[in-house]
Amino acid sequence: MRRLLCVLFIAWLAAPAAGQAASLSPAEAERTLQALASDDGDRREAAVAALGGTGDPKWLEFLAAFRDGNVYVRTKSGVTEVLVGGARSTRGDHDVIELKTPYDGAARGDAPLSSLKEVAADRRLRVAIKPFLDADETKLQLADPDPAVRRGAAIKLGNRADPRSAGVVEAALAEEADRWARHALAEALALIRLGGTETPARVDAARTLGNLHSATALPALRALARDTATPPTLRAVAERATGQIERWAMLTATVETLFQGASLASILLLMALGLAIVFGLMGVINMAHGELMALGAYATYVVQNVFRASWPGAFDYYFLVALPVSFLVAAAVGVVLERGVIRRLYGRPLETLLLTWGASLIIQQALRLWFGAANVDVASPRWLSGGVPVMADLTLPYNRVFIIGLATLAVAAMYWLLFRTAAGLRIRAVTQNRAMAGCLGVRAGWVDAATFGVGAGLAGLAGCALTQIGNVGPSLGQNYIVDSFMVVVTGGVGKIAGTILAAAGLGGLNKGIEPALGAVFAKVAILVVVILFLQRRPAGLFAVRGRNAEA
Amino acid sequence: MSTYSRRQFLKTTLVAAGAGVAAGHGLPSIVTAQSKEPIKIGVLHSLSGTMAISEVSLRDVVLMATEEINAKGGVLGRRLQPVVVDPASNWDLFAEKAKQLLLQDKVAVVFGCWTSVSRKSVLPVFENNNGLLFYPVQYEGEECSKNVFYTGATPNQQLIPGAEYLMSKEGGGYKKFYLLGTDYVFPRTANKILRAFLLAKGVPADSIAEEYTPFNHQDYQTIVGKIKRFSSGGSAAVLSTINGDSNVPFYKEFANQGMRAENAPIMAFSVAEDELRGMDTSSLVGHLAAWNYYQSVESPQNAKFVNAFKAYAKKSNLPGGDKRVTDDPMEAAYFGVNIWRQAVEKAKTTDVDAVRKAVYGQEFLAPGGKIKMHENNHHAYKPVLIGEILKNGQFKVVSRTKGLVEPEPWSKYTSPDKGCDWVGHQGTYPKKV
Repeated sequence: MRRLLCVLFIAWLAAPAAGQAASLSPAEAERTLQALASDDGDRREAAVAALGGTGDPKWLEFLAAFRDGNVYVRTKSGVTEVLVGGARSTRGDHDVIELKTPYDGAARGDAPLSSLKEVAADRRLRVAIKPFLDADETKLQLADPDPAVRRGAAIKLGNRADPRSAGVVEAALAEEADRWARHALAEALALIRLGGTETPARVDAARTLGNLHSATALPALRALARDTATPPTLRAVAERATGQIERWAMLTATVETLFQGASLASILLLMALGLAIVFGLMGVINMAHGELMALGAYATYVVQNVFRASWPGAFDYYFLVALPVSFLVAAAVGVVLERGVIRRLYGRPLETLLLTWGASLIIQQALRLWFGAANVDVASPRWLSGGVPVMADLTLPYNRVFIIGLATLAVAAMYWLLFRTAAGLRIRAVTQNRAMAGCLGVRAGWVDAATFGVGAGLAGLAGCALTQIGNVGPSLGQNYIVDSFMVVVTGGVGKIAGTILAAAGLGGLNKGIEPALGAVFAKVAILVVVILFLQRRPAGLFAVRGRNAEA
Repeated sequence: MSTYSRRQFLKTTLVAAGAGVAAGHGLPSIVTAQSKEPIKIGVLHSLSGTMAISEVSLRDVVLMATEEINAKGGVLGRRLQPVVVDPASNWDLFAEKAKQLLLQDKVAVVFGCWTSVSRKSVLPVFENNNGLLFYPVQYEGEECSKNVFYTGATPNQQLIPGAEYLMSKEGGGYKKFYLLGTDYVFPRTANKILRAFLLAKGVPADSIAEEYTPFNHQDYQTIVGKIKRFSSGGSAAVLSTINGDSNVPFYKEFANQGMRAENAPIMAFSVAEDELRGMDTSSLVGHLAAWNYYQSVESPQNAKFVNAFKAYAKKSNLPGGDKRVTDDPMEAAYFGVNIWRQAVEKAKTTDVDAVRKAVYGQEFLAPGGKIKMHENNHHAYKPVLIGEILKNGQFKVVSRTKGLVEPEPWSKYTSPDKGCDWVGHQGTYPKKV
């Protein structure tokens, strides 16, 4: 801390001196501004260079305004004045703009926009301005409180590999505390040094890059290793570093694919779990399952809006409230559906199928009428945006990690409910032998309603989770229903274990073949695999014993 | 009212016949606009189904333009009467509805279509019945129909400048390109042209990657992983023709895997203000798009256009009300209606062949700046603007071509031997290379 204060103090002492060294006298500044307002391209470019060369934040601010087309010339009684525009307003028929002097920012009153001439920055001048502003921007970003921004700036500096920025990077590296920002800075520094001319420094840099597993350096290192003009020591090190990085890249790619497979599997599982329960335990083919998911997603949207309007300070926590709300909303609709109509059609699978399909259309259209046909925007809370960097070049997105956790939790809860509670016992009893369960005093009707409600609630929960990775629109359900059925049918109707295994298998398989075949063919290949599998085992992974096996 | 007396019948028939004769001979200017027979115009945009999200806005803007024209006394002293039909995002229905508009309703002109497949489906209908279609969306080119005016961009007015900008010093000097699109005709053709262009500019073939995803694709994990590895040497950019709502999961995944616009910017050719309405834009900020118009363009006529549209949406109780936005296809639809109006006024008739000739070279001060219809190839000269996505779902213009870019329906990179000309030639003709 004391060292930091010391550095800041020195910087404070040094700043005015450095500023003075390059600053413009008022007369010079005036001349430069007039040159900027002239028609001569060369003079204008020289003026930009003169202003940018001062490195003075106030002149850089002026250049930014100039680039954005916010600099005007006012001619008043023969004197032309270069001014920067401020706030705009409308007075009568005129658009009026407030004016300030460049550099000091002293107010110069306001004027109708039509009486001013814009000093336009053409493409050539914008190209000239860019490096000055970029250098300034990266410097600011390196001091940003957010480590992700600092890391972004370091990556940019590393990609540019400009030897002049080595000092800045070194200074930042000495101060940096965040692990991944340090990593990026060290990488940037090594990349800059690799592009240098001194062989020992370059050898060192190549070694560092190898140790950092820098994928960014791979093309440059490869070129060095291949080039016969490279000094032999450097060549050997570059070759070793290339091997190191390539092995590491293979490892990250494997871990990445595994994670992606797990993520897809958890999404499939979450979508299919409710369906598996309703389909497996009650024998109802619920075509409205997708729309129950959509209901959950819209419930999340409504909760979000309520938080945004009433408790903006607690906005980041809306999602925690949305999870139970979406479960309850979908469960309530599910119970109404079951008690209202489905229970009259037990044992008639075709009619139930048609009925639930009709229900799905009604729900879909209701959502469209209520919320509009366009997609709605569900923002991710901050703790679900971004990801955790676990290895160099591998970031696991928080939302996907969260969904894997949620799916695991949902499965565990279902197992507990079905096999560890009295309610679960009743559900299983009704599934195995309805008549006998009734004789023993189980109210089969209520058990049906509760089972359907839980299945529907799980769909709502899935819908809530899906808002974090996909779109929310009235036709959300249709995008997922086919995949859900695929998982349930492959897993074998009636067995949750089958559903879990099928979700894991299909998710892993999809992600395993996608890198090689592409998204379109991966989808086709999965369908072919499922069809072939069902040819061999029509009952799915696990055969069923129970009510619908007899039917 | 079952009886219909002979006298009544005679009376109505006579009146009708009289009106018919009057209309046929074109009574002199004593007759006011209101009493003249209105000109029917067709509006052929999907109002339901998957494309409704995009196309409804085009219907709204065409109706607004019609209302503006009627408020100023109509065209040739006659009111415009829009006939709105709903082809429901169904490509076969597009052809059927187009036929109905031309043969039953006998409309003078049709404004419509969004997807290329719907345009291809109505093309024979317009060509066989000598109809007139104004098509307002940027498309893949390789078409040159006598009966269609294309007011959207051709590939060289959007794709090529977008790629050129990324290659330029100002755009960042990118050297590797990842072409990513939804799997259908526009992205496939667009990427064919982009690839030919990049190869012609000396980009080696192994610095270009190409990939497609199905419609409604949601899982972009693998693709973002691939882009990450592809861009690891720095200086790589993504050229995206991903369509519709797949964009949300794509940009989200991109940001969540730790990728930023600094690592690899995404230049989108199918994301405009209207699409950004239903999106959480926080993960899109800093990425780019290439269009010919943005709502943020600063000009008096654009301010008027934007305000007029918001007021119209509010007045007509359209969903969204005055929070509605304008975008590139909407501007193209808007000036399409006005170009047709000017052409009819110049030709002094709504006859298709006369109007067609009058459209050539027609100029109009569109919201995005002055545009001009080409002298012979049925497309429009337009400016090209590169925009950066802002947090509020609007674009900041970061680069703009000097003057207007001439339309090339046949890209000189993929079809250098073909041209389109309806004055000196009969449509598509072989060009000497």
